[in-house]
Amino acid sequence: MRPPYLRPIDRHWWAKPPYLAYTLREATGIAIATYALVLLAGVICLAAGESAYAGWLGFLANRWSLALHAIILIAMIFHVWTWFAIMPKTMPRLVIADRYVEPRFITMAVIGVVAMATLLLLVIAGRISQ
Amino acid sequence: MKRSNAPIFWLMFGAGGTLAALFGPALVIMTGLAIPTGVGFNPTLMDHAHAMAFGRHPLVKHVLLGIIALFAWHGAERIFLTLKDMHLGSKLTLMWLSYGSAGAVTLAAFAALLAIGF
Repeated sequence: MRPPYLRPIDRHWWAKPPYLAYTLREATGIAIATYALVLLAGVICLAAGESAYAGWLGFLANRWSLALHAIILIAMIFHVWTWFAIMPKTMPRLVIADRYVEPRFITMAVIGVVAMATLLLLVIAGRISQ
Repeated sequence: MKRSNAPIFWLMFGAGGTLAALFGPALVIMTGLAIPTGVGFNPTLMDHAHAMAFGRHPLVKHVLLGIIALFAWHGAERIFLTLKDMHLGSKLTLMWLSYGSAGAVTLAAFAALLAIGF
């Protein structure tokens, strides 16, 4: 019997289009997990006492932390985009008034709602805190 | 046929991904950017007294545990699948590495939230 043919695969396939788009999407998972670690550190410091918690707040005000959170935010927004781009593919076809609703429209509508809710939440929470 | 344990991890991945897609940007802007710099927010919102009152509330404990654990499990699933596709180790090793880390984060968050007190 002949051995099966194995198509040669470039070792760096994941860093090249079209796979690069998937690699970037999967990389948002690193950012989200990193944010979980930042929050975990905060909770642990809060449990450890007032001085430990002050240390965590000091870290958050550091410019390296601000840069890190800016990167996390960009990744998070990319995640919102890809997550809701996939959503119409995971649900049954949506038909309203005998017309098939375009997946692209569903994606845009949900992202719009999330953007509005985020903005509203930030403004209201900011006002209350003042 | 052998039963797969993958759906359990997909569930955590999906829950964390939806949570991050709905509230992630708002959370990062608040805790990581706006409150530390005081832009649009009173910086005392996250001071020790406020954080303590916040962290002692049972409902807040559940929310914090949910956010930390589900974000960790979501990230773990993506990291695991990517490393597996990159053939950077055996499937079992990568599973222990990624899911193990998410499990450790979950336990640590649970313990810390209990240690804060009620």
